[in-house]
Amino acid sequence: MENIVIIGNGVAGISAARHIRKLSDKRIIIISAETDYFFSRTALMYVYMGHMKFEHIQPYENWFWEKNRIDLIRGYVTEVNHTEKKLKVEGSRDIQYDKLIIATGSKPNKFGWPGQDSHGAQGLYSKQDLDLLEINAPNADVCKRAVIVGGGLIGIELAEMLRSRDIPVTFLVRESSFWNGVLPNGESALINEHILEHHIDLRLATNMNEIIADENGRVKAVTTDKGETIACDFVGLTAGVSPNVDFLKDSGIEIGRGVKVNRFLETNIKDVYAIGDCAEQHEPIGNRRPIEAVWYTGRMMGETVAQTICGNRIEYKPGHWFNSAKFLDVEYQTYGWVFAGRGRKDHEEHFHWRHATEKICVTVAYHKDSKLFLGINTFGIRMRHEIFDRWLTEAKDVNYVMEHLKDANFDPEFYAQYEHEIVSKFNSETGTQIKPKKKSWKRIFQTT
Amino acid sequence: MSTYDRSMALTGQPPKKLNKGQKISALIGTVGLGIMLLAAFNVEFPNRALWLFIALSSIMGGTIWYAKASYGHKVKGIKNDGVWFKSLSNKGLMGWLAGIALTGFYIILYFYPAYLGLVKDGPNNGVIALFDPFSRLLSGNPASQWFVYGTLYTVAVLAFGIKFMWKYRHNRYELVRTGSVMFFQTAFAFLIPEFMARLNSDTFSLPYYNFTKMWPLDNYHFEGYRVKSLVTAGDVGLGLLIFGIASIFIISPILTFKYGKRWYCSWVCGCGGLAETIGDPFRQLSDKTVKAWNIERWVVHSVVVFVTLMTTAVIYSYLGNDTSKYWLTKTTFLLGVGGLLTAVFAWVMIFKRKQLQKDAQYGAIGYFVIIIALIGFHFLSGDGHIFLFKSGTLRKTYGFLIGSIFSGVIGTGFYPIFGNRVWCRFGCPMAAILGFQQKLFSKFRISTNGGQCISCGNCSTYCEMGIDVRAYAQKGENIVRSSCVGCGICSAVCPRGVLKLENGPLEGRIDSNQVLLGNDVDLMTLVNKK
Repeated sequence: MENIVIIGNGVAGISAARHIRKLSDKRIIIISAETDYFFSRTALMYVYMGHMKFEHIQPYENWFWEKNRIDLIRGYVTEVNHTEKKLKVEGSRDIQYDKLIIATGSKPNKFGWPGQDSHGAQGLYSKQDLDLLEINAPNADVCKRAVIVGGGLIGIELAEMLRSRDIPVTFLVRESSFWNGVLPNGESALINEHILEHHIDLRLATNMNEIIADENGRVKAVTTDKGETIACDFVGLTAGVSPNVDFLKDSGIEIGRGVKVNRFLETNIKDVYAIGDCAEQHEPIGNRRPIEAVWYTGRMMGETVAQTICGNRIEYKPGHWFNSAKFLDVEYQTYGWVFAGRGRKDHEEHFHWRHATEKICVTVAYHKDSKLFLGINTFGIRMRHEIFDRWLTEAKDVNYVMEHLKDANFDPEFYAQYEHEIVSKFNSETGTQIKPKKKSWKRIFQTT
Repeated sequence: MSTYDRSMALTGQPPKKLNKGQKISALIGTVGLGIMLLAAFNVEFPNRALWLFIALSSIMGGTIWYAKASYGHKVKGIKNDGVWFKSLSNKGLMGWLAGIALTGFYIILYFYPAYLGLVKDGPNNGVIALFDPFSRLLSGNPASQWFVYGTLYTVAVLAFGIKFMWKYRHNRYELVRTGSVMFFQTAFAFLIPEFMARLNSDTFSLPYYNFTKMWPLDNYHFEGYRVKSLVTAGDVGLGLLIFGIASIFIISPILTFKYGKRWYCSWVCGCGGLAETIGDPFRQLSDKTVKAWNIERWVVHSVVVFVTLMTTAVIYSYLGNDTSKYWLTKTTFLLGVGGLLTAVFAWVMIFKRKQLQKDAQYGAIGYFVIIIALIGFHFLSGDGHIFLFKSGTLRKTYGFLIGSIFSGVIGTGFYPIFGNRVWCRFGCPMAAILGFQQKLFSKFRISTNGGQCISCGNCSTYCEMGIDVRAYAQKGENIVRSSCVGCGICSAVCPRGVLKLENGPLEGRIDSNQVLLGNDVDLMTLVNKK
């Protein structure tokens, strides 16, 4: 029986294992240094906030693995020997494999800031980081002020976490407006306002120079490039993540920033595959980045590699880009491509609508000349994934999208609906006379 | 700082100090409860109406003020910070104390009402006497323990309903739904039945009639004395009797088809109303394991079989044998019940077999138990007897085990231990019947939004019915579960906008994708092949 070994028990590795089991009877071994069982990384924040206990963020009950004959090993892989097809594992015997899947995820970026290894300075990625956070910032008595460096998704989540325990937070963001490399100006401004609403001390266009430690090596302050010194007991380093592949440096497996893979998720070494955050495509797919640290891409790569390993070699072909996040109390969804800042192409026209008082807004991107619909960002409105996926596949134009916007609404029942307001603003800006059509179940569930 | 004395607790120590508003409002609410407690210990209040008014308004005012102090100053949104750190909502000491206190209250209420001050053939004393003026105002009669309970119940639904609305003020579905349960509890379950009692005179008498409770949740619905009293009460009584029968056989199937069983369980029902309001802080305590789900299905469906048999037996016992006196006799009644059940069973087996899968065998077992029992009634029972028991024994056993112990003592008393829907999930025969319809014959589902799920688990954690919502959502499957009461909280707590309660076309309601949207279409078809 073939031995499939998977390094990493995140969503990519676990999806691969589950689908290999669905398709075959091969022996499956998953090695993880982080935890005994799979958990949802994106939900770690809710454990600190007290919304859930750690057991709640484990999607499968503990009996699931044995029942499905998926062997779990706790240990740290120190070496991959592909000539002998063998792994050295700290705290365990060597493990033989026939096929190896590398799914080791990411680690927080550290950019060599002076003092970055002081006690009380940390990133937020792993279960260990969460445990460390409980020690570094359990409450507002121990942690009188926290400074967060890096204005991305993890940064704002960490800010929300700390605020849930009433810890004062100073949030240093390099950009002139929150996440404006990704979000168009109107949206970025909305989130700036929302951050302040939550009593987070937001410092835009501000970089950290260094972390100052006390005589015990504990964080006591940071200095900024604005010449300011901010006293604090905790520094959150959340300036992005990068692939966790250091242990492969001398293995002969080709490494760039991540493990280099082709469209089939195969590395340069036969029978070795890489999936999830740690995989780096030789050539980016469409507008996607070569490394995508996103939950669902990890899952899809796992599903794809399972097919390949079980004898049906297929390419990894992610469909239309989509994503979502929640900034404090504001939900964000995106379908297709809406670019901001330097990424925005000349032909990309934006239509933006924002509610007069609520934190709700929509940005639609379309081609200036052909009117082709390119993508949509929504804040405070939920949209139906199937609909936008179909519209992107069918290359609908922006007028069609506006006319049928009600079909795409996924907000709970009784919510106020804004399609008329949105479309009437669109009409007045573009000189069109579109009337939004009533929601139609027939259109929503059409199966052509 | 390095000498800071850290607690040994593994989970966090969030700031759960109460603010000034919370402290004062908690004090006011406690004063209200204190007045009632004093009354229960026979402290005489000079002006009962005034003191009752003070007590009820401080409970109500205290709760509402507490809600404002807790949520008013915060940005609207999900308010679950620290839920698992608090003793009350995490089965800590406070939770257990609350559970014990509630359980004790129910035991006294059901079995020892004399301790509350109920006096047979004489004026009440104790806390029941405190409620006498209010009861006289509404119905003209002195209070009973049930009037005290009904009043407190309604006050709880109203006060904690407002708290719930404050907590979920960003969510219109929750606001409308909570408004609905508050209205039905106050008007149809509490006030109207009291007013109806005013209609009674020496020549005209209606039994106590709670419009929001239908058979089989109201297991007394078709008892001899009630039916007799309805039949003798002229058109109004007959109307009520027909309404009672239509509720279960016509009205509820239609509404459940259109909206799912939520129209009842989380919009109208009083038990649901209490669970959704004062029970809301405990919703996360429901057990989500597959084991609990198995137990749930056996227990709740056994209750359905039990209540069906019990009701049949009770009606059977007061019907006659002579067709010339009344068209409905013992024999025709048994044949009717058997025929109806056979029709339902045959319909399900022929048309809905696929949806039921392995549950079909459980259904078959339940069906045959009932049919055999019906045959047994016919051949082995005499006047007033079902088999060897008196029909009254069966009724009393059900009333004691299910009506009192399960729905009251365990169902509500154990809110802080097992979660707020224990009764609805494990015990309520009404919920089981509506759930059966919801699963097989309804437009309602919780739609999963393509590939957006991140398996975080908020939906499953906060599902009061113990449904592992995430297990479906992360596979891109819609959630069509008979136990879902449609409270909408899974959708509310979802950070990625994945879940939506909706009533849509029947086609494609259950079987959706195994692999989620976002991946290349070929792979989706490949993996979706089972």
